[in-house]
Amino acid sequence: MLAAIKQALAIAAINLGSLRNRLGASSVIVVGIAGVVGVITAMLAMAEGFQQTLEGAGRTDQVVLLSTGSSDEMSSGITRDVVDIITSLPDIARDAENTPLASPEVYVVSNVPKRTTDTDANMPVRGVTLAAPELREDFAIIEGRMFQSGRNEMIVGRSAVEQFKGLDMGSVLSARGSQWTVVGIFSTGGNVYESEAWVDATVAQTAFRRGNVFQSIRLRLEHEDAFDEFIAALETDRRVQVNAMRETDYFTKQSQALSATIRGFGFAIGLIMAIGAIFGALNTMYSAVSARKVDIATLRALGFGSFPVVTSILLESLILALAGGILGGLGMYFILNGYTISTLNNATFSQVVFDFMVTPELLLSGIVIALLLGLIGGLLPALRAARVPIAVAFRDF
Amino acid sequence: MNQPIATLTDVKKSYRNGRHKVDVLSDLNLEVKQGEFLALMGPSGSGKSTLLNLLGGMDKPTAGAVEVAGKRIDKMNQTQLAGWRANHIGVVFQFYNLLPVLSAQKNVELPLLLHKMSAAERRKRAATVLEIVDLTDRAGHRPAELSGGQQQRVAIARALVTDPMLLICDEPTGDLDRSTADEIMGLLETLNREYGKTIIMVTHDPKAAEHATHILYLDKGRLSTEAAA
Repeated sequence: MLAAIKQALAIAAINLGSLRNRLGASSVIVVGIAGVVGVITAMLAMAEGFQQTLEGAGRTDQVVLLSTGSSDEMSSGITRDVVDIITSLPDIARDAENTPLASPEVYVVSNVPKRTTDTDANMPVRGVTLAAPELREDFAIIEGRMFQSGRNEMIVGRSAVEQFKGLDMGSVLSARGSQWTVVGIFSTGGNVYESEAWVDATVAQTAFRRGNVFQSIRLRLEHEDAFDEFIAALETDRRVQVNAMRETDYFTKQSQALSATIRGFGFAIGLIMAIGAIFGALNTMYSAVSARKVDIATLRALGFGSFPVVTSILLESLILALAGGILGGLGMYFILNGYTISTLNNATFSQVVFDFMVTPELLLSGIVIALLLGLIGGLLPALRAARVPIAVAFRDF
Repeated sequence: MNQPIATLTDVKKSYRNGRHKVDVLSDLNLEVKQGEFLALMGPSGSGKSTLLNLLGGMDKPTAGAVEVAGKRIDKMNQTQLAGWRANHIGVVFQFYNLLPVLSAQKNVELPLLLHKMSAAERRKRAATVLEIVDLTDRAGHRPAELSGGQQQRVAIARALVTDPMLLICDEPTGDLDRSTADEIMGLLETLNREYGKTIIMVTHDPKAAEHATHILYLDKGRLSTEAAA
């Protein structure tokens, strides 16, 4: 076996040595597979970025509460009475002033033109209490200041400023019939909250005619193991009809549908392109084998076996495919990694701003896909090269 | 009396050409003795190359027995045949069939990759046979940088490097001019006379055949000692 592998490597080295003479044909495999890997990597990087932007916003010791039957903030409504009951429950962490770390929040979307297309898109506007920043990890005002309670002031997330027009410091934004002055820009470490604009919850309830209703409550538990106890306490009070879940689970659910759609779309396009790339690889390798028919027959006449011949042709195909995989993956890494876009999150009907994330895992997946395509594209020509009787190969020469 | 090195008994070989069966060799019997230099002549399509392929283990008969060096090679599978060829046969082709990307030295070393030996030993053996064919000064050249005669000498060196018991040559002068052909035939004759190599050669060229110790004529799949009228 070792001898056969040694023979295969020797023939592969010879084949690769002649690649220079077949650059055009060989590049069909490299470019074709680079295209497939590039498209799949791009789509998966988009899904990955979206997922991480949402899931990165969650903490296991924080709870999101929506009204019963709601899976998102858009369709949820929790009255002030219920908020008061919930925030008086045990197991909720407290701040330095012994106030429960809980933030009842108003959630609406507002039409704001996008910078890239100048067309209106839904920007989330969140009415928050002063506890909200404490409940967002890495929250920081990076420009300007926090809004003042009771005033029509707004702070906007860094990603929202990049994606939407009219959110620069000092701008006045017209949202759902009310005017808001941008007084600060905040960041939350790149997660989904950076796609939002925040205003005072009480002012938002009036301005957006929400009465005394909030869309959600976020609160922090004393520790993450207190979740079951908190839920049990919640369920004992019949006045409270809410759906509570860990914040991490909430964001996972939100990201699942769109991530799956993007991934599915990516694989569907990738599959179609992969079929094309396989035919390209087959054609190239058949041509390569045909061009070297006499060389291959000569090697077999000298005593090289079928296994080394098949393996050497497969090796060549795999090496070309690997080059394609690396080209496609790295190409996407340099072009797309960190590139910011926004898309509609179907769960909230609002725009989520996120970065493409070309992770090492995605690059590795791309290379595995490339090698798989190279294997399929090289196998049939390799088997044919090894099966043609030597005498026939010479006779047809 | 020298021992037979190759024996063909009642060998038949036929091909399918579409729906037609073409009989190339019919009930052919042949014995080649060790140290013999046999020239096989005959018109195109007479089955010379087919016979050579059978003797070299590159093809199998439709019927009959092919015994070379005491082994029934017609009974071997493809893997066994490949190993057998590597150990017992040296092949010289009409168009040299050197690998264009390799130097003369590397082309000659190629069959030695099938044998257990160090790279240094491979280099040494290849250098020795290149010296026999008088091409030491061209060892680093690629085939495209060599003349036809030089390429054929490299091919002969490649066939010799494993010290095979049988050298089979398919029209070794078919692509060469007269004087180069004479030079190559002189080399093959030397290998037969001085190094005791058994050679079976297919040729159309009567002058090339004159260098052989025996000449056989093949016509319509049958052998004879005289050319057909």
